[in-house]
This record gives sequence, C-alpha cells and structure tokens, in this order.
Amino acid sequence: MTKGIVTSIVSNLLTIRVDGPVVQNEICYVVHGEEKLMSEVIRVNGDTTYAQVYESTRGLQVGNEVEFTSEMLEVTLGPGLLSKNYDGLQNDLDALSGTFLKRGEYANPLDDGKKFDFKPLVSVGDHVTGSDWLGNVTENWIEHKIMVPFKMRSAYEITWIAEAGDYTVEEVIAKVKDKNGEEIPLTMTQKWPIKLALDVYKRKPRPDRLLQTGVRAIDTFNPMTEGGTGFIPGPFGAGKTVLQHALAKNADADLIIMTACGERANEVVEIFTEFPELEDPRTGRKLQERTTIVCNTSNMPVAAREASVYVGMTIAEYYRNMGLKVLLLADSTSRWAQALREMSNRLEELPGPDAYPMDLSAIIANFYSRAGYVELLNGHEGSVTFIGTVSPAGGNLKEPVTESTRKVARCFYALAQKRADAKRYPAIEPLDSYSKYLEYPEFESWSKENIHENWVEIVNRAKDFVRQGEEANDQINILGDDAVPVEYHVQFWKREVIDFIILQQDAFDKIDQNCPIDRQRYMMLKVINICDTPFEFDHFEQVNDFFKKVINLMKQMNYAEFESDDFKKYEQELDEMMTVTEA
Amino acid sequence: MATKAFQKIYTKLSNITKATCSLKASGIGYEEMALVDGREAQVVKVVGDEVTLQIFQGTEGVATNAEVVFLGKPPTLKVGPELAGRFFNAYGEPIDDGPDIEGDERAIGGPSLNPVRRKQPTELISTGIAGIDLNNTIVTGQKIPFFADPDQPYNSVLAEVALRADADKIILGGMGISNDDYLFFKDRFTNAGALDKIISFVNTFNNPSIERLLIPDMACTAAEYFASEHNEKVLVLLTDMTLYADALAIVSNKMDQIPSKDSMPGSLYSDLAKIYEKAAQFPEGGSITIIAVTTLNEGDITHAIPDNTGYITEGQLFLRRDTDIGKVIVDPFRSLSRLKQNVQGKKTREDHPQVMNAGIRLFADAMNARTKRENGFDLTEYDERCLDYALEYSEKLLAIDVNIKIDEMLDTAWMLFAKYFQRHEIGIKDEIVSKYWKEVKKSD
Repeated sequence: MTKGIVTSIVSNLLTIRVDGPVVQNEICYVVHGEEKLMSEVIRVNGDTTYAQVYESTRGLQVGNEVEFTSEMLEVTLGPGLLSKNYDGLQNDLDALSGTFLKRGEYANPLDDGKKFDFKPLVSVGDHVTGSDWLGNVTENWIEHKIMVPFKMRSAYEITWIAEAGDYTVEEVIAKVKDKNGEEIPLTMTQKWPIKLALDVYKRKPRPDRLLQTGVRAIDTFNPMTEGGTGFIPGPFGAGKTVLQHALAKNADADLIIMTACGERANEVVEIFTEFPELEDPRTGRKLQERTTIVCNTSNMPVAAREASVYVGMTIAEYYRNMGLKVLLLADSTSRWAQALREMSNRLEELPGPDAYPMDLSAIIANFYSRAGYVELLNGHEGSVTFIGTVSPAGGNLKEPVTESTRKVARCFYALAQKRADAKRYPAIEPLDSYSKYLEYPEFESWSKENIHENWVEIVNRAKDFVRQGEEANDQINILGDDAVPVEYHVQFWKREVIDFIILQQDAFDKIDQNCPIDRQRYMMLKVINICDTPFEFDHFEQVNDFFKKVINLMKQMNYAEFESDDFKKYEQELDEMMTVTEA
Repeated sequence: MATKAFQKIYTKLSNITKATCSLKASGIGYEEMALVDGREAQVVKVVGDEVTLQIFQGTEGVATNAEVVFLGKPPTLKVGPELAGRFFNAYGEPIDDGPDIEGDERAIGGPSLNPVRRKQPTELISTGIAGIDLNNTIVTGQKIPFFADPDQPYNSVLAEVALRADADKIILGGMGISNDDYLFFKDRFTNAGALDKIISFVNTFNNPSIERLLIPDMACTAAEYFASEHNEKVLVLLTDMTLYADALAIVSNKMDQIPSKDSMPGSLYSDLAKIYEKAAQFPEGGSITIIAVTTLNEGDITHAIPDNTGYITEGQLFLRRDTDIGKVIVDPFRSLSRLKQNVQGKKTREDHPQVMNAGIRLFADAMNARTKRENGFDLTEYDERCLDYALEYSEKLLAIDVNIKIDEMLDTAWMLFAKYFQRHEIGIKDEIVSKYWKEVKKSD
C-alpha cells in the first residue's frame, strides 16, 4: 500500500508527499495519534498529492503519516439501509457513541448481526450477470432483492445457492463461477463508488406517468413524473424545506431518500422525530419505514457535504434496480456547490462566475442525469425521481447554481418571496414555474387514461385564467377600481379562486396537507367550471363580495374530508350560490 | 496566557502582513495558539516548515526578531460554575477585576452535536412581545437573528428579550459593540438583579477587530458547558454578527483567498453555520438558544451577510418604525420564526396558528389599501375597515413595548377581527370561528 507524509495544511486541504501510486479520488487516512482521519485525493501533481480531509484538521502536523487505500469512496449496499440515519459518508449516526461527534470515529452502515429471511430466486446452473436478482429478503415492508454485484459485468453460472432461511449480511448466500471456472462467493452486501452512475439497466425511456405528491400546485399545475427531475429555488423563508418535507410525507413513491445537505440540524431532527410517528397513507405503516436519511448538516465537515448527495443518489439507484419507485430529495444543492467552491478556492483554481469552479454546470448536469425511469435487464421497471432545492444568494435567480440547474432539470418550481410574504403557501409562483412533462405526448396520453380525457388542456386553460387575471389586476392597479370595466374584476377574482383553491394548500392541516389526484381532479373541474361561467355584476364591490364567499366555501371544502357530509354541505351551498348568480 | 518554562522560542519572522506573520518552525499543530511578542496569535497555514500565524491584535509594531512561542493547544476557555456573573475579553480573560477562573480548560469551537442525539425543540420562550410570541414564536434550541438597521434600538430590545425570557443563563457575546452599549448591557442586567446569571464576552470597537473572531466560539463553549453538563436553559446573545463577518473578510483577504459575493469569503456560509448550529435542545433537558443581531445596510437583505444568515438561522426578526403609531414594531411580513409551528396550537391555544395568519393577511390587505390611497385611488368600504384595523393592530399587538400573555394576545386579535370584519372575511376554519368569535358592536 502507498504511504505518504503531510507536507502542508491549509484549512481542510493537505498536500502529501507519496512513495507510490495513487488513484484520483481514492480514500486515504491521515494518522494523528490514535485518530485516523478520512480524506479524499482530489489532485495529483508529481509526487505531491492534494487531499481534502473529511474532518476538522485542528492539531494536524506537517510530517503526519498518511495511509492510502487505493479505493474510491464507496457506499455499502444491502438489506438494512432503510430507516437508517447516515452522515454524508454513510456512517450510521445512531451507532456512533456520545452526544458529540468524535473526530475519526466511523460506524458500519449495515447491522452485522441482524438476520434477514433469504428466499432464493435462482437455482444452480442458472446464468446470471451483475444486477440479476439472486433472492429476496423482507426489509420493513418491501421485497429487498439480493443482486449479483453490479461490478460483475460478465456472465456467471450459479454453482451454489443458499436455502431459504435467516442469514446475516456477511454470510455467503450464493457461489458463482466465471468463464474461467473460478468460483466467487457472494454475500447480501456489495459496494459501489458514489461518483459513478449505477448504469446497469437496459434502457431509459422518456417518463410518462405522474408521480403523485399530494401537492396541488405540483400535481395539477406542473406535474412531476416517475423518473423525472425538478428543482425548487427560492429565497430563504419562502418555504423550500416545508415543501420538501410535504413531498417526503405524501409522495406516492415506494421509498424516499432524503439528503439534508448543509442545512439546519433542527430540520433533520424534525424528520427524526416525526417520521417514526407519522403514518404512510398508502401502506398504513410508519413513514420512517420507507425512508433513509443522509444528513450532513451545515456545521458538519464541509467536504463530506459534497459526498452526501452522491451517497443518497447511489442508494436510490440501488433500490431502483429492485424495480422500485424511489424519490430522492436533496436540500440544498447550493450548499453542495458551495462546498465545491471552497475547495476549488483552496486549490487556487481560476474561478468561474461568483467564484464557483468552472465545471460547476457539468457537475450538476452529470448528477441530475442519474435520475430516470429505467427498464432493467430482467424486464422489470424502476425509477429514481430527483427533486433538489436551490438556495440562490439574495433570492436572485441569475446566479450560477440556479442557472446550471435550470439547464438540466425538467421541472422548475420557483418559490416567490411575494407569495411567501402574503402567506400564500406553497409559494410556488404559478406562471414562472414550469413542468416540461406537460408538453410530453407520453404524459398527455397517460393523463387521458388515468386522470381526465382533456386533462392537459384543462390545466393549460387554468394557467390562461391565471395569466388573464394577473393582467386584469395590473390594469386595476394602474387605473383604479372604478375606472376599469367590472369584467376586469371578475377576471381577477377567477384568478384568485384558482390561487386560493388549487395553488394554496395548508401543509399543517391534517386533511388539506395531502390531496390525492382524484380529489385534485374533482376540485379542478369545479374551479374551471366557475372560471368558464359568465357572470354579470353591476358593481365591482359585488364581485369582491361574491367571490370571497365562493373562496370561503371552497376552502372549507378543502379542509373537509373528501365527499364527507361537511364537504357536501359546503358544496351544496356553493352550487346554490352559483345558480342564483349565473348570468 | 503565560509562557511556560523550556518552551522553544523562535526569533526570526520571514514575512509580516497587516494581520499575519510567517516563520520557520517545526512540530506545529494546525490551529495551535502562539504568542508573538506577547500578542495572541493562531496558526492558519503550515507549508513545509513555514508556519503562518494570524495575530489577533494586528501586526503594528511587530519586529522581524519578535519572540514567538507556540502554546501547543488551540484557543481554550476555562469553564466552571464561577463563570456566572463575570465579564471576559475575547481570550476568555476576566476584565472585571475579579479573580481568574479555576476550571476545566476546554478547546473552543469544539465538535458538532450528533444530529440524532438532538431533541426537537418544543419548549416555548415567551417574551411578552406580541410581534414575537403571537406572530413569530421562539422556541428553546432555536437560533434567530434580529435584522436591523444600525439606527434601530436593537441592543435594548435584545436586553429586554433576554431579561423577560425565562433562562437559567444568559451569555452575551459582544463583537465591536460600543463602550456605551457595553455599559448599557451591564447596567440593565445589574438593575434587573440578573447579574448572577449573566456571562459576558466582550470585544468593544476599541479592541482589535480580528479578536472578534474568537467571541462567538467563547460564548458557545461556555453555553455548551452549562447546557450539556448542567442541563440548563441557556440563552446566547450575539451582537453584532455583521461585524464578525467583516472580520472574517479581512482575514480571508490577507490570506489571498478569492472573494465571493460582496467581498465575503467563499466559506462564509459554513463559518456562520458553525456558530449558529451550536443552538440545540439537548437530550437531558438543557438547551442553547441563540438570539443574534445582524445589522443591515439600509434594509438590504440581499447582501451576503444577512442572506447567508437567513439560510442558516431559523427565521429572522425585523424591526421597523411604524410612522402611523410612532413606535418600533416587529415587521409582520418580513419576520419569520421557523420553529413556531412546534409550539403554536400545541403548547399554546388551538386557535393560535389561524389567528396569527388571519391577522397578518388582513394587515397585508391594509397595506394594499394604503398603496391604493397613496396612488390617489378611491378606497372601498373594506379598504377603510382594513386601514382602521391595521392602526389598532400595530398599536395593540405589533409594537415592541407590548408586554402581555399569549392568551391575551389571541383575545385581542379576536376582538379586533370582530370589531372590523365579518366572519367570512377572516378566512378561518368554521369550527374555530364558532368557538372564539365574539360579536361586538361595529364601529361606524
């Protein structure tokens, strides 16, 4: 193994003089007394190697010894990943001792002793290759597939397979032989380097179906698809995190990987506290059972922040290859970009815009491209849907991280300060935001069959009503209430109905927080019907009065259990009002 | 910090800048403290045998043959129960003529709390100020700054909040505060009879600015001692964090780092986060709550300092002078406490969240009406009612001099709703309106 000696220290960047070969991005450990501090090689220049330390470098000295591993940073994949809380380097946070994190203490990602009930899916003599399913174990409520390690890309023959029974993740459950006749034992765990896309699948078709999130402003107005990508930029206080938590709670995915990347610790604590209690509406089990959290909060070492998003993505890809629908959330990708910036700065690279590294947009594009709906080698289908938040400096969307992300993400959910100030939550700006999937013919035909035959057209019409209403509002503001035709006020208030009833949603109300697509369709048709109705009023104050009542009734409908007596009571009251007023 | 016997003394500086000096030395640990001609300094860079030191007091008058002694340890603070009631400088040395602290020596800026060991902050801190308790409720373990222009009375508000909040210890970290403000804090705390629970680390603006960099870590180290080891409820006050960030920028500039937005170092976010994230609810019941002050330049929150702060802290409180009532209010639109939903309607009355939202929404309607009036348009009858409501809402609830219990705040809000509005105009769930709506005679 290659060894080295530290020759300089600036913050968490070390230069190391090495005595043998090193691999770009390989992991090395700096020996400091009893501690061994994990680091990553990020540049090599002659026999000088640059490494970023994943920990505080306080007290390190020039002359400290460094041990190289010749392996890149890899995640450990196997049963037991679900419900775990990891740090950015996949240490099991619950397994670490003490209240404070100790430098140089690392914890195994999987439980060594825990047994899983293995059921084989292959027999001796079967031919397999990387990612083929060898067997099943039950993990929480999902059928966790034990796969041939992804790194084994050629053809193998099964020579032995364990009988159904309980095994730990370290026990051999199968043996295969390669074309040279060499036997390879396999366990239920395998490793994969986080920076490489897990690309063992047949093909990646265009996404076509809705990924329900329960948020009307997304599902109805700017839908996300299974295997789609999206991002949520917004100034602080606009509700990014509340929105991401709402997605994590209600999204119709088999499992959720949440990456808390350089954000507030108390937000993660909220998940730690609530998810073991909250019920998953689809399975009746606890939300925690379908969630894995990768958390590198803002006060944890910066270098591991970058790793955390990749760790989350690799775990998501692993479950995708079991034929599952995975939703990956990352809050916030800006913090990851800032970690890149800090390091680029220390390496004295020539800076790009706002001192970010020049290849920032390539790095972001590369990461987003790992999401997708895939057809696996065995014909099953799985998906990784990725939604990241972006925290633009000063709320200004013309900054490098937002711009680079906008080029690659298909959905854009712009959170507007103005809406947040007016407490119109979620603060997703209806017209600036977009979902490219609305234009996909694949999505249109899927929605015809599964939502409504004219769904996309209805949604686009609703957007037109919003646009018209905003234009009318501008005129009213310029000319005054009296100086514009009463019709302008009607147009404005139709927009407000869409805003209050479809776009706004109470994330803290137990009914309203999650709105299934059937209910969304019902309300949307109701709203569009009101928008299509011609009204005649004598005076604009009548318009205000009438629509305020409409909004109030429909809001009460949103708060009521769908199709309950209360719901119907408000609906009836609304219908009566409509018949009286119709022109 | 005194030198010990048998320490190696270096006497040849190879390089001196405004804030740093370099010399050849070996066996030096990163972030280790040193004395250069008796001035405190810290290792910020080691390349081969060349060590760069940041001298906190500045390098004015430092000679190339100055005596340099390395202390073999990072900056430390001696902690113990006797910290209470004392005043210290940025190095943790007493400045109040009291005895030295005999206690356990701790490295400041210690490791982070394991996130899974934190508890969710769920305990209310009431201040009596409705702009905070009603609209932006603060919780133990939270971190929240006041965003204020330099001419606003933020330090007196800070002192008031600290004294009204029921905390076991109050730790003041003063960075670049004026000597007058330092004396104000001292008098205010003494007069309130609260001196025995106050600990102060103070760098006034007569002191060298780089020293400020040590203040937050000193304050947080003391806070961690009381919160984690004595399970106390600790409130940390940091004023002014803008001056702290300015000091960071100076150092980074002297170290030839490429500046990012607003000449701030690229690591500003992480640097601030390390401090603010010390706020925590500990599993055994202790807590650290941080209330800071970030001064703004003419209310500009897009500047890198308030902007990064906003992304780190759990909300922000804006002070603003309401010219209609002639008082300072907590701005209801731009202020936000992110942890308020942990307690609102749970530890407080069930109607709290909806009353808060309705109150602010109606206040927003009033602001729209005012814009209309300023543009010379006729106001509707609803607009007029909103304006009347806003005036009374500012006076009775938003003003900083309000000091009432939360239930009283809620009752006041219901009274105002009923006085100026119809039930359907306030947009609150029917079952709540039915329970709390109190019909009053409308003012005509």
